[in-house]
Formats: sequence, C-alpha cells, structure tokens
Amino acid sequence: MTTLTAPRLRLTRFRDLTLVPVIVLLLIVGAILDPFFLTAGNLTNVLQQQAAISLVVLAEALILISGKFDLSLEATVGMAPAIAVMLVVPASAGGFGLGLPAALVIPLCLLIGAAIGAFNGFLILRFQLSAFVVTLAMMIVIGGLQLGPTEGKTLFKLPESILYLGSTTWLGLPAAIWIAAILFAGGIFALAYTRVGRSLYAIGGNADAARAAGIRVDRVLWGVFILGGVLAALAGILETGRLGAIGSGQGDGWIFMVFAAAVIGGVSMDGGKGTILGALTGVLVIGLVQNLLTLKGVSGFWQPVVYGLIILIALIISRVAGGKAQD
Amino acid sequence: MNIHVEARSITKRFGPTTALNGAGLSIAEGETHALVGRNGAGKSTLVSILTGLQRPDEGEVLFSGTPAPALADRDAWRRRVACVYQKSTIIPNLTVTENLFLHRQTTGRIINWRALRAKARELLDTYEVDVDGERLAGELSVEQRQLVEIARALSFGARFIILDEPTARLDGPAIERLFVRMRALKAQGVTMMYISHHLEEVYEICQSVTVFRDARHIMTRPVADLPHQELVDAMTGEATAAYQARSRTPGSGVVLAASGLSLAGRYEGVDLEVRSGEVIGLAGSASSGKIGLAETLVGLRRPDAGTVTVNGTQPKPGDVPAFLAAGLGFVPEDRHHEGFVPLLSVGENATIPIAGKLGRFGVISPARRRARAVQMIKDLDIKTEGPEQPVGDLSGGNAQKVVFARALVDEPAALVVMNPTAGVDVKAKQALLGAVEDAAERGAGAVVVSDELDDLRICDRVLVMFHGRIVKDVPRGWTDHELVAVMEGIEE
Repeated sequence: MTTLTAPRLRLTRFRDLTLVPVIVLLLIVGAILDPFFLTAGNLTNVLQQQAAISLVVLAEALILISGKFDLSLEATVGMAPAIAVMLVVPASAGGFGLGLPAALVIPLCLLIGAAIGAFNGFLILRFQLSAFVVTLAMMIVIGGLQLGPTEGKTLFKLPESILYLGSTTWLGLPAAIWIAAILFAGGIFALAYTRVGRSLYAIGGNADAARAAGIRVDRVLWGVFILGGVLAALAGILETGRLGAIGSGQGDGWIFMVFAAAVIGGVSMDGGKGTILGALTGVLVIGLVQNLLTLKGVSGFWQPVVYGLIILIALIISRVAGGKAQD
Repeated sequence: MNIHVEARSITKRFGPTTALNGAGLSIAEGETHALVGRNGAGKSTLVSILTGLQRPDEGEVLFSGTPAPALADRDAWRRRVACVYQKSTIIPNLTVTENLFLHRQTTGRIINWRALRAKARELLDTYEVDVDGERLAGELSVEQRQLVEIARALSFGARFIILDEPTARLDGPAIERLFVRMRALKAQGVTMMYISHHLEEVYEICQSVTVFRDARHIMTRPVADLPHQELVDAMTGEATAAYQARSRTPGSGVVLAASGLSLAGRYEGVDLEVRSGEVIGLAGSASSGKIGLAETLVGLRRPDAGTVTVNGTQPKPGDVPAFLAAGLGFVPEDRHHEGFVPLLSVGENATIPIAGKLGRFGVISPARRRARAVQMIKDLDIKTEGPEQPVGDLSGGNAQKVVFARALVDEPAALVVMNPTAGVDVKAKQALLGAVEDAAERGAGAVVVSDELDDLRICDRVLVMFHGRIVKDVPRGWTDHELVAVMEGIEE
C-alpha cells in the first residue's frame, strides 16, 4: 500500500467501525457496574445468545444493502425447523408420521428456508410487488403455517441431529459461535472482494445503473432472498439446539432487533450502504446492552424501552452524520 | 468519408404514441454531429435505440456498415457505442474506482483492490480527469461525475460516443472545459453525437446537425453554411393556426413582484413586476431556471436571497398557505404530482383552498361546496358527470381545468400558471388560455410559464430566461424566430 492512499483507506475502514468505541465503552461501563460482566464465561454467553439472531441480521443486512426488505425472516426462524422436525418424527412425537429419516431434518429445514426466500423473491421480482407488504403478509402466513400443524404446541421430542449444532462445543467455544463467525467472515469477504458481492451495492445504490452495467439485477436479488431464507432457517436450527425445544413463538419479535442491529450498524434502509462488519458491531452492541440490563436486574418488561431508545438515538446520529433526510 | 453510425428509417411506438416515425440519421467517422429538436421530437428514443437499450419496431442500426449486435449482448454494444445519458448512471455510495469498473472489477473470482485502484488511476490519467479514485462518487460535483462517466464510457473501447444534453446542468466555465475535452477527443478520431437545446453550442462544437420534429427526420445539414433562422425554422415548423389573443390595458397596481431573487443552481438576480390586469410570459429552455423561479413566486421554493411581494404583502418564503392567503392562485408544473388528488371529487379538488370559507368551525358545508363547484364547472366548461366524479377519471384537459378551478376559486389577485397546456388537446388549450385572459380582465395579474409559444402569445410581454437570468423583455408582437433565438441564446 502506498503512503499516498493509506490515510484515506484507513478512513473508509473506520466508517464501518463507528460502533467500536461504543462497544469498548459498554465493556468498560459493564466491568465497573458488575465484576462478573467481563469474564470469559459471561462474554461467551453473550455471543452464544446472539449467534442465532446474528444470522438473521446477516441475512437482513444483505437484503437491505440490495435495496430490498424482508420482514418474514423471523417467522422462518420458527416455522422452518418446526415443519422439518414434524416431517421426520413419528406422529406420537407430534409429527406428520411420514417416516422420513431423521438425518434429513437439517437439509429439510434449510430447504424450507430456501423455498420461502424463493417465493418472496418470486412475488417481489416477477409481480413487482412492494417488498415490505409482501414480506409482511408472508410473515403472517409463515407464522400460521407453524401454528396450524403444531396447533400451537411446543415440540419437545426432537431428533439428535437438529439439537447438535446449537448445543455442542467446538474447541472450547459453542459451535453456534463458530458458525456465526465463519458466516460473517464469509459475508464480509464476499461483499468486499467478489463481483457478486459488489453487485449488491450497485443494485441497492442505483438499480438502473446496475442493469446498464450488465448486472442481472433480478437474478442477483432472487439469490439474496433465497440466501436470506436459508440463513433464517439455520438461525432456527441454532436456536432450537440452544433451547432444546421449538416453541410456537420461536423467533417472534426478532425482526425488530434485527432491524435495530443492522441500522445502528450503519446499514441503510434505502439500500446500497453499509457493511456486514458494521451489522456485526450492531449485533454486539445490542447483545452487550441486553446482557448488562439482565445482569443489573432490569425487569424484562422494561428492557424494550431501552432498546427502542437505542434505535432512536442511533437513527438521530446517522441522520446528523449522513446529513440526508430519511424516508 | 466513411459512415460510422447509421440509423435507417427507425419506427418506435409506445402504446398509442409514436416516438419515432421512420426517422434516421447517419454520422460520418470522426465528426461531431448534433441532434436537435423540441421536447418530444424523439431524440431520447433514438438515443436508447442507438445504445441498444430498446429495440426499434422497424428499421435497423448499423455500425461501420455492419448490423448492430443482439440486444442482450451488452458488452458488444458497449464496445461500439458509449453514452453519457441525461440521467446519471453513477452509483453514489461507491467509490469512483468502483464506478469506473462496475461489474468488471475482476476477471477472476477475487477482486484485487490495489490493482483495481491502479487501473482506475491509469484510466483517469489517460482522460485527464483530476479526481481521486478513492472518493465516493456521490461527493463529486456534477462536472466531475460527468467526466467520470465519459472516462468509463470510453474505457470499453468505443469510438462513438453520445452526449445527451451534457451541458444542461453545467455552468459556463464547465461547459467550456467540456468543449475543450470534446475537441481533444475529436482530434483522436472519436465520433460524437451531441444533443443540446442550446443552438449556439451546436454552432460552436458540431460539424453537422440533424433536426427531428414530431418523431420525424426533418433535415441534416453541415453547420457551417446553415443560417440560424433556417435551423430554428426546421425545429419549430409551421406555427399552427391558433387562438386569438385579446388586447387589454394593464392597470397600475403591482400585484406580484420579485426583487433580487436568487436560488443557487437555478436562477439569480431576478427582478420582476406584474401589474393588475397584465399577463406576462416566462420563457426559456429547460435549464433556464424558469420553473424554479415560478415555484419561488408561488411559495413552493424558498429563495436564497430576495423577496416576493404578493398583493402588497410579503408572505413567508416557502410557505404556500401564506402565499395563497395573500391572494395568489397557481397551477403547478406537473398536475399529476401537485395539481390534484385523483381519488377525490371534482368539487372537493376545486374547493380545497377555500375549504375554510365554506363553513364554520372547520366543518365544511357540503351544500355550499357543491354550489361553488357547480359554478366553477360551468365557468371553466369542465366536462364531468358532476361535482362528485373523481378527478382521476377525467381526461387530461378536463383534469387540468379542475386544477385551474382550484387556482381561480378564491379569485386571486395574482395568478401563476406553469405549463398550462401540457398534454391537453387544442380545444382545452384554448379554454385554458381563455381562463387566464378572463382572470386578467377581472383585474388579476398573471404569469404564464411555458415551453409552448402558443401559450406565450396571450402575454402582454415575455421575459426570456437564459442560464438563470432574465436576459430580455420582449413586448407583444414577437415572431417565433425572434423568441426561439433569444431562448436558445443565439441572440443577445
């Protein structure tokens, strides 16, 4: 790297890392407030708790950068593993009793996620419908597709294979953390160093210009929706393993946290702006705040107030820093 | 001389409208060829056909004598023709480097940013574009962005470049720098097609010119021996027989005045006075700033400097309700956008400004509104089933009459109408112009902002704007040539 371009490069890097001082501050404040906060055990705990939701943040960040929107991801988190489990377990355990091999549960779950993403993409791209309304309706439909077959009951008797990823430990850390870390690293790399990754920014920034440059806009967007569905299904698998059961409310309300994390991490709701690294710092900030509030015994009923305020403050900061009116 | 680019009898229809009707042109190798015509002549359609974005319904495009590649083969098109479109194709959130190599950052799998930056540097140096490749494209000035687009367009190896109104958003010195660059490209043997509304630019930079009018090819001539008059003639065609403008004597009271009005990038140092019973016109090309000025006069825009006086009071700048309260009525530039609420009825749309006067305590009396609406429908001869019909169901001309009704319902002292007859038929056009003259006879002062010479004929005088300034005050009795020449900046 030449000395001439180095300072500017460092600046662009910094743009993704505006939340790093906030994370440092949270760590310091947390250490002062509670001696237990800054222990390896607690921090591992924070990461593990955020692993599943962070995958949904990754998915949403990809979709937002491409200039689209997906609210249905949170419903997929519950529905994909629930239906996949019901396909393989016997009727006595609450399944459909189809007798499919239990080893298929994870591929089936990911396939359901992919199918949901593909259907969203189909409606949004082929029929040119609003991504917001399509995925809002799909969120309701998918939630219903879980409630209908399960009749709102929690699934307890799960195959070993779906529990493994969310509960096991690799090299001293929960596997879920490794999986999230690898996927985020992959996302950061792909969006910075591959043509397809860069095309997401081009599409989100100016779809007509992207099309004129020869990017197959619809195909790329469709791929992003499918990938988003798969990531949400994978998040569902990790969450299932962590909790050991699939409740009818798995994933409920996540989407708000997901948007909050992406937006405070610098991903623009208008598309074309933001990075996966930024989204990751957003997840970490929310995770640390959540942990701190719980450690200090703040009532879970009051915590939403704090999250909401964090989102508002982050929006105001980005408005002031960006200088442009937000829609 | 070899023909570099040829479009042969191209026809292109969009639904019921014919954008190009057997029109064509051919451009010799190495020449800079102008394409001129008034709005709607078919220039933009030809550009999208010559750049392979649209397929002609009939006719063919040839590059150096060989037929154009298939529409899907974008790369082949870009090797033959480069285009700097009117609308920017820069992605603002990406760096200049990445914009230059959009979707061709690498031939392999992984992008080598360092190598890409070096390539961008080299490309920018080749075309002498003094821009840092690491800056975000959105931070560049219009001129810099355009230079980046030119460099990108040429980097595909095309020897033919289309510049679609490149000077529309540039100021004087930037236009000069662009011309220096174009001459350098010409010296390297690059063929160019140049589109502009400013005819003096055509005389300065082009060797030959093609005129389109009403979707047809009118003529192609070398610029050198073409009198201005003849070029303007070809563009305007025969003036269609028209509306008989009435004569009147303006009063003495000033009802609308602007002094020292400036808005960065739009207009500067504008002074004007409209007297009671007077109709004045505001003319100029798209980049003249006339719409920006008109929008300031009605309170839609806030000027950087200067004041607007309506009927003796100075409403708060940028506050439309204050302007309306001061006695102003206006017809906005785009009726679909700002003119009416399509789902609401004719009566409701027409009476929005006087809703407060139709009842007490914020309650609107339906009977009084209806009576008022019926009156307006009669006055303006609006063809509607009745005041209850949604405006969205009406034809363009009748919808515009509703917009006029809204502007006139409070009997304004000052009336500003922008593009009053855009997209309406001849009869409606005459009714609308008549409504403006009626208002003037009642004692209102009116400003007509229009691209249509016919609209300006009802004016007692026409103020012509050029690059943001009022350059001439033309009294009634002008000829088309005179006015167009001033609008295009040929004559001072």
